[in-house]
Amino acid sequence: MTYPIELTINGEFIKLDIPANWRLIDVLRRDLSMTGTHEGCGEGDCGACTVLVNGQAVSSCLMLAVEANGCEIQTIEGLADGDILHPIQEAFIEVGAIQCGFCTPGMIMTSKALLDKHADPSEEVIRRTLAGNLCRCTGYEKIVSAVKAVSSKLLNQTDSIAE
Amino acid sequence: MSTETEFSTIGKRVTKPDARDKATGRALYATDLVVPRMLYGKILRSKQIHAKIKNIDTSRAQRLPGVICVITAEDTPKIAYGFGKDNLPLKFGKVRSLMDEVAAVAARTPEIAAEALELIEVEYEPLREVTDPFEALKEDAPLIHEQRADNLSMVFDYVHGNIDQGLDESDHLVEGRFDVQFIAHSCLGPCASIAEWQTDGTLLMKTPTQVPFLYQRDMADVLGIAGSQVCVEQPYIGGGFGSKLDLYPYEVIAALLAKKAARPVKIEYDRQEEFLYSPVRSPMVMDVKTGCTKDGQLTVRVADIWSDNGAYNSWGAVTPLVSMQTASALYRVPHVHFYCRIIYTNNPYGGAMRGFGNPELTFAIEQQIEELAEICGMDPLEFRLLNANQPGETNLAGMKITTCGLSDCLNKSAEEVDYKKRMTEVGSDRGVGIASAIHVGGGARIYPSDGCGVIVRINDFGKVSIISGSTEIGQGSDTILTQIVAEELGVPVDWINVVNTDTDVRPWDVGVHASRTTFIAGNAALKAAREVKEKILETAAEILKEKPGKLTIKNGEIISIENPEKKLPLGKAIRSKHFRQGGSVISGEYYYDPPTVHQDKEWRGNISATYGFGAHAVDVEVDRETGKIKVHKVAAAHDVGRVINPVGAEGQVHGGVAMGLGYALTEQIQLDSGRMLNPNFTDYKIPTTMDIPEVVPIFVETNDPEGPFGAKGMGEITMVPTAAAIANAVYNATGVRIKSLPITPEKVLNALKAKEQK
Ligand code: FES
Ligand code: FES
Repeated sequence: MTYPIELTINGEFIKLDIPANWRLIDVLRRDLSMTGTHEGCGEGDCGACTVLVNGQAVSSCLMLAVEANGCEIQTIEGLADGDILHPIQEAFIEVGAIQCGFCTPGMIMTSKALLDKHADPSEEVIRRTLAGNLCRCTGYEKIVSAVKAVSSKLLNQTDSIAE
Repeated sequence: MSTETEFSTIGKRVTKPDARDKATGRALYATDLVVPRMLYGKILRSKQIHAKIKNIDTSRAQRLPGVICVITAEDTPKIAYGFGKDNLPLKFGKVRSLMDEVAAVAARTPEIAAEALELIEVEYEPLREVTDPFEALKEDAPLIHEQRADNLSMVFDYVHGNIDQGLDESDHLVEGRFDVQFIAHSCLGPCASIAEWQTDGTLLMKTPTQVPFLYQRDMADVLGIAGSQVCVEQPYIGGGFGSKLDLYPYEVIAALLAKKAARPVKIEYDRQEEFLYSPVRSPMVMDVKTGCTKDGQLTVRVADIWSDNGAYNSWGAVTPLVSMQTASALYRVPHVHFYCRIIYTNNPYGGAMRGFGNPELTFAIEQQIEELAEICGMDPLEFRLLNANQPGETNLAGMKITTCGLSDCLNKSAEEVDYKKRMTEVGSDRGVGIASAIHVGGGARIYPSDGCGVIVRINDFGKVSIISGSTEIGQGSDTILTQIVAEELGVPVDWINVVNTDTDVRPWDVGVHASRTTFIAGNAALKAAREVKEKILETAAEILKEKPGKLTIKNGEIISIENPEKKLPLGKAIRSKHFRQGGSVISGEYYYDPPTVHQDKEWRGNISATYGFGAHAVDVEVDRETGKIKVHKVAAAHDVGRVINPVGAEGQVHGGVAMGLGYALTEQIQLDSGRMLNPNFTDYKIPTTMDIPEVVPIFVETNDPEGPFGAKGMGEITMVPTAAAIANAVYNATGVRIKSLPITPEKVLNALKAKEQK
């Protein structure tokens, strides 16, 4: 039994017929070959599968695809503007927040949801927001500093625009 | 560092070449791969912890539409494999643990494969089980492997000096039983492999192994084919930490299914399977004794250990090799006896994990150091400095300590937490603790060769390719090789590409383990680049009419040292070598095998070309009401020879310390007669952003003469002393000594209660 759904993924409108029990991550990875969204646990524990649904960070392994019907989805693949990386991606690379990289897309998407709402989160807020994103390699230090670096960079940009 | 300014890329914060792929979601892990005609494989595991297999009926599964084939041991060559040759990819006759593979299915979709597993009927005849290593050694214990006389898989027995003499010479002696738990690697990327047989009879494995070349041989042996028929390709690897150091049954099963189906087969784990069916870090029970003279000179150390190996021998079975070095080489101890039993049980079997036996015994040894210091009335830091390893010493295990920054590591980490002052403060629930570590830093010869081959070639645009046998698992080794080659060749790092193809193209390497890649592959890359440089300069000398010795390469340009206006773009020199009769390719290759030896029968010999040292000093707070421990700070000092890349080095420290914290405080596989009770990240707690204290990496640069640009390996040692330092700080804070990992609130509360009652 399949269901028709409509999604806007990274700005592209997509119509699909999907099995009722498919999760959003299945649509992304299996149907659309968008393998940048990773499945680390499938149980909502690790955050590797985080995508933005209508701007909210969501574990795509916990959301049924039919529930996402009509929603606006953003994934790691849609973050860069062509060859120009998003500042969060740049900061992760620059600061050294990436080792094996398996957690990275989820970390970046969770950070994006945060920074879209709060331009200047405290370290405490960054840590709390990322607490559901597990990383076994980095010890988190550089991930947190990457997010801090972006927020101060974004702030500087808005400051200079305001001036 | 005074010389730092001379380097163009060594010591610089160069970013990882793979980071862009990873930050954009373009990096492909094995779980992401799909190939045409591919089927999905799934494995039926044993439902019994120890049982005879009476019958397996796969007929219903075979008939399920979408199932292409079903296999059991009957369909396989039944060649035992693994270290100790005690494991079959699909079990025959009996099962020995819940990890055991009984049958496997290849189907059109993962859903059909899962459904087919449900249709396989297995008849078992349960056998008496044994999951306690002490029980397993008893005479009437059920045998895990019937062909053996008992459940003792192996014994490691090492002695130097004379224990009786050591005991005689001791004014003080402390003894105690310590135990460490089962833990899981918890790589974020689950295991997955794709097996595909080529028309020429070659098996192509796309798999996240840490040891592609040993894997080739092991896979060939277990399938009964030639090594030349196996080709290994590694996609991006979602975490290693030792977990991918062996060939595992699921990979062989993928190959067997692919053979039978004559189509590519992928087997992929979900998180629960990852927890349940991956090898573990084995637990140990350690009876340890340490003695010293009244002025604090160490005299004797005895470690008597029981290690629960689980049902089969993988690399977990040889972890005592490294614990043994902790016993024989951490500090200068004239009389040492190390004895470790590797015991078969019906539990999950052990694999290699970061630190490999070292954090285990360090947890015990470093606590006893503090106990002795206290009895002697000495500052534990002074006690350690008095006994610390020194540069230029060959110890009694035959290990040649060339450079050694242990004392510096101790002093610097201690300073960072104000150790001297705070150590003596009493009456607060805050405490400080410190612990040292030694680990191989220049390879570890556990295989006839400890070598790695690297080929460096340069094309006619000046682009440099590094083709290395070594494996990037996220730790950053490709960055290190890039920097080393860039430095030696005098080209910018972005002219360099590390080509990660397959075992048909790459030269041999023993694998990514033992903190060896920077040192071994780094040395090979350095020497291969040197050959390339010589060839380039020879050609350039002809063109510039200058002696090769008077030329150098800087920023991708060949220049005359004496007349800097005489110069030549690199590409031009290369092209002139290509565009001529009798021309040649400009490439260099080097196979670096370090100047080390295999340990002899008595486990003596210089196993590594250099040794890494480190010390962690921690600041903790203990809540006496709840028993909870809050770690405020970890100062982690490491002698890394030279920092090739500060970002990578810091990353290793932060990652290692985080793993050490999990080991110390929260991580534990809970087993109930062989069954894991917590196979998920909710109940198996690896540290999160909220659990990480301030971590201060401190680097001590001893500039090792054998290391590439002076560097030593450092991946593993970063987690070695953390748990011991925390235990010592808990004692400093509360007066109770916890000798069992993880240090849970419950253990702390019980110890506090027991202390009050005294
Ligand atoms: S895969 Fe969704 S939270 Fe882990
Ligand atoms: S970088 Fe490996 S899990 Fe985060």
